[in-house]
Amino acid sequence: MLTPELDARFRAAALAEGLVDVRYDVAESPVGELFLASTDRGLCRISYRVEGQEEELARTYGVRVLRMPLDSVRRELDEYFEGHRREFDLSLDLRVAPFHEAVLHELARVPYGRTETYGTLAAKVGRPRAARAVGTVMNRNPLPIVLPCHRIVGANGSLTGYAGGLHVKRALLELEGAMLPS
Amino acid sequence: MEAVAIPPFERFYGQHAAEVLGYLRRLLGQRAEDAWQETFLRALRAYDRLEHGRHLRAWVFTIATRVAMDDLRAGNRVLLVEDVDVEATETGRPVYAELEHLTGDLPPKERAAVVLRYGYDLPYDQIGAALGSSEEAARAAASSGVRRLRRRLSAPTSGRAGSARASVCDSDQEPS
Repeated sequence: MLTPELDARFRAAALAEGLVDVRYDVAESPVGELFLASTDRGLCRISYRVEGQEEELARTYGVRVLRMPLDSVRRELDEYFEGHRREFDLSLDLRVAPFHEAVLHELARVPYGRTETYGTLAAKVGRPRAARAVGTVMNRNPLPIVLPCHRIVGANGSLTGYAGGLHVKRALLELEGAMLPS
Repeated sequence: MEAVAIPPFERFYGQHAAEVLGYLRRLLGQRAEDAWQETFLRALRAYDRLEHGRHLRAWVFTIATRVAMDDLRAGNRVLLVEDVDVEATETGRPVYAELEHLTGDLPPKERAAVVLRYGYDLPYDQIGAALGSSEEAARAAASSGVRRLRRRLSAPTSGRAGSARASVCDSDQEPS
């Protein structure tokens, strides 16, 4: 029988030898299960959808995909959901979104507990008329929660959309005190 | 031929890790765990250079067989501690469970050929590849192993084990 110890020993050896392209974990959270993935450069994926993500990772980062505990990511997310953390202190691997990097960097600076519109975010990257394009970037955000696309709302204050569903967007904004509990 | 995508390593590992460990236990007894880890590390080292995802099961059995043969050729003695009931339940192969504790003192190639053929249903061409020999040689090794087993079973002194039994044999010594 394959014991947990033997299994863990193999995974640790694989990681130590630098044989893993990307590792992933699935974490429980108040907004449902989160799929987390990391390369040696940093966190590369957070997804509200857990099924079929391994294939996606294999296509993007390489086939040497292994499940492994991502303790520091889990810890920071837990602290965030407990209301004890306002900023994340994780290295990020954004190579999957090279053309979106400027917008995502600007997004990362939107403070905890505040919201901004698609239009103002577009203006901050020097393209004030590109609100719709910014919406597309938010839609494809590889690292929701950590890159806070939930803080970006429509010009009239409407929530518009969110990968995890509007109820999750609302829950995150309520957690941060940016929105009154409904 | 249609291209078959290489699955993420985790999926490949999930499908074969336990089965390969069982195989190595049959070949190496208590030393199987180190050989098992070496097998999957070798697989992982080569995994991103695979050209397609076909025959991955035969491929990992080939690696496992080579690791085991290296170990046996190094002249290591095999200490088999049988755990027949557990393995039999796991694999659902009661017939094979009868075989497995008997193959312990066959010569390494014959043992691997018998176990791969009757325990894991691998075709002879793939067993040949695993053993680094031809399909014919694999077939010959398996049937020679089976003949040896039959002789042993019909001999009155044959050690037909019940539950736990430890048998020690010298791996590179031909049984008489």
